[in-house]
Amino acid sequence: MEGLLIKEQQSREIFSPETMAEIQRLLPRFPDGRQKSALLRILHLVQEENEGWLSTEVMDRVAELLNIQPIEVYEVATFYTMYNLKPVGKYLLELCHTGPCAIEGAERLLEYLKQKLGIGVGETTPDGLFTLKTVECMGACGYAPMMQVGEFYHEHLTEAKIDHFLEDCRAGKVALGTWKLS
Amino acid sequence: MSRKLLLEHAEVPGIETYAVYRKQGGYRAVEKALKALTPENVLDEVKISGLRGRGGAGFPTGMKWSFLAKPEGTPRYLLCNADESEPGTFKDRLLMERLPHLLIEGMILSAYALGCRTAYIYIRGEYKWIIKILERAIAEAYANGWLGERILGADFSFDLHVTPGAGAYICGEETALIESLEGKRGNPRLKPPFPAVSGLWGCPTLVNNVESLCAVVPIVNDGGEAFAAIGVGRSTGTKLISACGNINKPGVYEIELGLPVEEFIYSDEYCGGIKNGKRLKAVVPGGSSVPILPADLILKTAAGEDRLLSYESLADGGFVSGSMLGSGGFIVYDEDQCMVRNTWNFSRFYHHESCGQCSPCREGTGWLEKVLHRLEHGHGRMHDIDLLVDISKKIEGNTICPLGDAAAWPVASAVRHFRDEFEWHVLEPQLSQQRNFGLAMEAVAV
Ligand SMILES: Cc1cc2nc3c(=O)[nH]c(=O)nc-3n(C[C@H](O)[C@H](O)[C@H](O)COP(=O)(O)O)c2cc1C
Ligand code: SF4
Ligand code: FES
Repeated sequence: MEGLLIKEQQSREIFSPETMAEIQRLLPRFPDGRQKSALLRILHLVQEENEGWLSTEVMDRVAELLNIQPIEVYEVATFYTMYNLKPVGKYLLELCHTGPCAIEGAERLLEYLKQKLGIGVGETTPDGLFTLKTVECMGACGYAPMMQVGEFYHEHLTEAKIDHFLEDCRAGKVALGTWKLS
Repeated sequence: MSRKLLLEHAEVPGIETYAVYRKQGGYRAVEKALKALTPENVLDEVKISGLRGRGGAGFPTGMKWSFLAKPEGTPRYLLCNADESEPGTFKDRLLMERLPHLLIEGMILSAYALGCRTAYIYIRGEYKWIIKILERAIAEAYANGWLGERILGADFSFDLHVTPGAGAYICGEETALIESLEGKRGNPRLKPPFPAVSGLWGCPTLVNNVESLCAVVPIVNDGGEAFAAIGVGRSTGTKLISACGNINKPGVYEIELGLPVEEFIYSDEYCGGIKNGKRLKAVVPGGSSVPILPADLILKTAAGEDRLLSYESLADGGFVSGSMLGSGGFIVYDEDQCMVRNTWNFSRFYHHESCGQCSPCREGTGWLEKVLHRLEHGHGRMHDIDLLVDISKKIEGNTICPLGDAAAWPVASAVRHFRDEFEWHVLEPQLSQQRNFGLAMEAVAV
């Protein structure tokens, strides 16, 4: 009975073959029975594939793949700040506002971003392009102020750099990187 | 010029690749260890070197290694702490970006000394591009026979993997890191048992910082004695200091321990002085968790001696007039910076990062943030200042992990050294919204 169920699931697999292959590649890094250790990385992968956020459907399928309870996935997804539990814009702007970045004007830049985009922290622009988020120290304090977008850090930020960057995003010229390695 | 043991080749183009790293003498230490040294020899060299943990606590690495339990038939694990989330700290990033093979080499040596078959690098998830750099380097190391089965034909096999976090400062704490590596929330464990006895999947586990593991390479290459000859007293070797804030040249510097703080701040070789010709107001010398010191006390100890970048000198005076070397996250404040605002900012950080398991930390950090918020925004009362001290005391020492202390110390030290500035925020609720304390005081004096 159980076998049948899984088969049925596989026939309408919600993850792409590439993501499934990547997951398969990660599992042998941990001893038998310890595959749950791959959970954080798998969540990064499937979040990327699911347009930047984790839906219940996605988390439930991950639980199935790892043979753990859905609650074990929810627990993790709600603990770590890099997981988004609701839809986000195409470009998630993560601005650091911790001490060293604050000294270099992060708070001013946050106001600037809010005003330019017409949204508050945690909100998404109506065109679905941008979500604004504040984050804590990203390990770039010497190159402050900074924000992360996708894989990359944008450092020594200024208002002019932000203007340019937003334009590039709108023109589709900004690469976001990927969690996939192969 | 300080001698460079870790960053010596950091500027060499292509040093992140195997070919260039090898050409610069890379993996010589592994050859030496596997051909001429026993695991005990390597451990002895690390003990002799006097190396102390570079992740923050400064615990002697050799001693820590000798605590690792070795029950028959149970695997032991080596974990590299690459979580690097302490505000002000960005040194491990440089090591991994530029010298991934140095870290791999250091981990091979450490695993050999400890008898570990498998190791993981637990890296903060935000460092996505570094994960790729590391995995590329690891693949190169496997391809060239430095990882995998029977390395150099010796009776030593070793596997190394990278695994990411997902945004949680607390996962830098060793037991939270282990929980996270097991695919769980990063809730620190109650100790004992210590990871050295029961860590990852209940097996003996050793957690070391990126920089500590890298330092094992020069220690094996040149011997523990040579490492111990650098530095002062029990602060041996070199240390990476990541300098940020209001200085002319922020960046990562490798210094010989014992370098005078004054030289570090003002010399062109390092920070290059305070930006815009301003005066120095304060320094947080070891990452946001260590006490802040005002200009006079960071340059000289209370006894009037030069303050040095060393574990002992920075701690001189205890929490009354000293601080800590910590992770080497050196944050410099000029005369325009508001100490109340900075303290509030850090409290917000700790409140945000508290895992919530113990009430003194969970509630205390929230309370600190709230009280500091109202002081900073002109709604504070005079007794709020003592309230801050009181809350910090109630958190300190009463929690499962040291995050509670880390949240309490910056507040207690800021109030101790800058009480007049906190009082001014209460006495001048409007003015303090518009002007900086230092400038306002000068205006009064004229
Ligand atoms: C809240 C908290 C955060 C920490 N973050 C880090 C970190 O990001 N990197 C690190 O190496 N050590 C961190 N530490 C220290 C580690 O717990 C541990 O002492 C260290 O990794 C040991 O390595 P070492 O002996 O080589 O320094 C943190 C400790 C605490 C309490
Ligand atoms: S001290 Fe804070 S972070 Fe540490 S275990 Fe307790 S609640 Fe969690
Ligand atoms: S404070 Fe922003 S990167 Fe460290």
